[in-house]
Parts: sequence; C-alpha cells; structure tokens
Amino acid sequence: MIEFRHVTKRFPGGTVAVEDFSLVLPSRKTTVFAGSSGSGKTTLLRMINRMVDPTEGSIEIDGVDVATVDPVKLRRSIGYVMQSSGLLPHRTVVDNVATVPLLRRVPRRQARTDALALLDTVGLDRALADRYPSQLSGGQQQRVGVARGLAVDPNILLMDEPFGAVDPIVRSELQQELLRLKRELHKTIVFVTHDVEEAFLLGDQVVILREGGRVAQVGSPAEILARPADDFVARFVGADRGRRALHVVTQDGAELLMDSEGRVAGVLGHGKPGTGEQPR
Amino acid sequence: MNFFIAAIAWLFDPAHYTGAGSIPSRLLEHLGFTLVTLVFASVIAIPAGYYIGHTGRGRRVAILLSGGLRALPTLGLLTLVGLWVGIGLEAPYVALTILAIPPILAGAYTGFEAIDRATIDAATAMGMSGGQVVRKVEMPLGLPLLIGGLRSATLQVVATATLAAYIADVGLGRPVFEGLKTNNYDEMLAGSILVILLALVLEGIFALATRLALRVVPTASGLQPDLTR
Repeated sequence: MIEFRHVTKRFPGGTVAVEDFSLVLPSRKTTVFAGSSGSGKTTLLRMINRMVDPTEGSIEIDGVDVATVDPVKLRRSIGYVMQSSGLLPHRTVVDNVATVPLLRRVPRRQARTDALALLDTVGLDRALADRYPSQLSGGQQQRVGVARGLAVDPNILLMDEPFGAVDPIVRSELQQELLRLKRELHKTIVFVTHDVEEAFLLGDQVVILREGGRVAQVGSPAEILARPADDFVARFVGADRGRRALHVVTQDGAELLMDSEGRVAGVLGHGKPGTGEQPR
Repeated sequence: MNFFIAAIAWLFDPAHYTGAGSIPSRLLEHLGFTLVTLVFASVIAIPAGYYIGHTGRGRRVAILLSGGLRALPTLGLLTLVGLWVGIGLEAPYVALTILAIPPILAGAYTGFEAIDRATIDAATAMGMSGGQVVRKVEMPLGLPLLIGGLRSATLQVVATATLAAYIADVGLGRPVFEGLKTNNYDEMLAGSILVILLALVLEGIFALATRLALRVVPTASGLQPDLTR
C-alpha cells in the first residue's frame, strides 16, 4: 500500500506542482493518475521513488516513510518504466534488462537467464536479446523497458506514460499485454497518462487531476463515468459532449450504434434479410 | 624543387640514423614529449571536464578559461615560462600542457552534455548511484567526443612541440632550428617533413580509435566536439 499524506511540492521558482495531496493506493491494484500537462501527475509518480522529494507531507510504502529510505536502495526495489524507453544505447537488450540485478550483485549468468525469461514474459523474441536498442522498433523498445522494470521482481511498478510515444495499433497491443501482466503478476502499479481511455482501460482506481495536483475525482472507471463529480471531470472524460451517449440507427437492415457525432461505434445485430437493401 | 630533393636526400642519409641527435632518436623524443604533455593535460582536463559535464557546474568558467588559454600565443608563453624556470624541458611542458587543456576539457564535458537526458534520468530512476551513472552511462557514451578532443589536442601538441627545441635540446624542432641557424635549409625542411608525417600518422591512429569508439557506442554519430564554444 502506498499512502500520500498531505503532500505538497513547490519547485524553485514558485511553481506549485502538487498541493495538499492525500490518497491511498491499494496493494496489488492499478492506480492511474490521469490529467493534462501541468496536473502534477508525473511529479506525484516520481515522489514515490524519491526522484522528486516533497516540500511538505510524506509518502509511505507499507507504513514506511520513503524519506527515511536511502534513495538508491529504494529505487532498486521499485520498477520504473518511462515514455522514451530510456534504455542504455551502448548495452544490448539482455544487458539492459539485467542492469538492476547486476547492480544488486546477482551473478552474471543468473542475471542473463532471468533477463531472457523476462523477454518471454513481455512477449519479445529471445532472438532480439543481443541487439542494441537502436535496432528495435518503438514498440519493442517499450517492451524491453517493461521487462527492465520487472527485472528485480518489484512489488511496485511505476509507469510514466509508457505507451505515449508509440502508434495507436502498437499502443493497443501494449495495453492488452499490460492487462495480461496485471492478471499474472499482481503488482501494485501506478500509471500516469493524459489519455482518459487508457486510464479507464487499465485502472482499478482512477484519479482525475486538475492543475496543481488537486484531485478532481477518485474512483473506479464505472463510478467516474456514472457520476462525474463536476463539470471539469465530465469534460475530461468526455461525458458532457455526449461522446459516450450512444443511440441506435438502423441502416441497411443492421442495427448500428452511433455516437453523438454520428460515428459508428459498433454493430448490435442484423435485421431480417430481405427487408430493405441487402447488407454488404 | 631542389630544396625538396635535397631535404629527402638528407632524410635518407645513413649518417643521420646513428649517434646523438639521429632521426630515430629525435622522432622518439618528439613522440615522448607529446605523449607526456597529453598525459599531463588529460590528468587535469578530463576529471575537470567530467565534473562540469556531470554536475553542470562551472561550465561558464570553463568556457572563459579555455577560450582565454587558447588565445595565449604559445611561443610567448614558452619564452615567459622559460625566463622564469630557465633553459630545459620544464618550460615547454608547461606551455604545451596549457595548449592541450582546452580541447580535452571541451571533449570531456561536451561528451557528457550530448547524452540524452532521458537516458541519465532512467539510469538514476532504476537505482544507479551518482558514481555509477558516471562510470556506466556517461563515460562510455561520452567517449567518442572525448576522443575527438584528444585528437585535436594531439595534433596541436605534436605540431607545436617543434617549439620545444627553442629552449631545450629535444624533438624534431632541433633540425629545424639548427638548419635555420646554420643556413642549412635541407636539414630545416627535412625536420618539418618529419613533423608533418608524424602528425599524419597520429591523425590516422585517432581516426581508427574514433571508429572503434563509435562501434562501442552506436548512438553517437561521429560528433566532433564544438571547439568554438
């Protein structure tokens, strides 16, 4: 369990990234911080592994204040995946994945074996193990990044817009892959995104943030969609424009679900053949 | 053209390959002098450059200082230090070390600065200590630019080391100054040709080293340190 207690972060120069933020992130669940830029979501994430230290307040992991833990030791026990994969360009894929285990003095051969197994876990071909990051596609690099984040088998995995820089098809693949990992590995995942669809897909608990790290609403995706706390949330999740309000249109004998802007969202079923024009 | 033929004849004269001040011994002196100077300069400039590149502190001072050092006329500096410490090798070592510091310093810190910040951020977030980031990330990734800095320092020193013979009995500057004094232009030209050849050979070695470093560090694409900054 991760607990934020009245956390405030003021950067030198006076920018307030987060103000009096309190929240409990339950263990083995995925909490998503969703908000636009300037909402402090990345700052919140980076305070968990002390990449940023709060100006006021405290963050506890299982009851231990992170400020009392040596940052290097803390970071080695927490997985971290970032947007640009952040892989070391002068090391091969397998060496990148094994970086932290080697820092923790796991024997070389053991670290390599474990790293190869992790490539399987994230759905990467072992044939890529000895390539350099620049020889991989963006999606493959992100998978290596996830494997590296899992390398020390951490209880907590921090993910900072990990799928923000890949194309929509790869993005959707990676999201499905993460859902599978969630089911198999039972990690406490903290995920940052500006994409509300992604937040609702992956999050058990979703935190919608306004500017300055102030919480607009916390809840499960269903709760937030059913009862947006205010106009800001409604706008953010797209409920106000009726983007999620669907109606049925019968066309060419098929019942189509249309959204408010007249785009097809899905097919309910086909009408009787022979009535009207034949469905193509 | 006659000068050249005479100079080449001088170079191939077997008499110049034995005894004190022979061509091989002058070459070795010159090379040794260049190497020692580069070691002195590196011992000062590389740690300083790494410190600046890693912390981002002292960059402005370094730019001002290395610009100033580069503006110093080497011959003037040599004379000045020579007047102070006397005839011998000390003055040329001091003058040429000062000449070699700016490019090495620039190579060291621009090498660190050219690294993608996200790479360093990720290394820190994974749990590398400051020292581990320097050793395992910044030093290998900064290597190609450092070699570039060493390369230009070497070329400057090997060429300017000729001046060491001005106040010391050392190196390939000897035949040049001797020839000048005795109106023996064959000898003078032969000395210059040797310096040029040595410089070209060293340049070739550095070109190879840069290639090797770029193979180890596939991201850096043949960058040269920006020496104008």
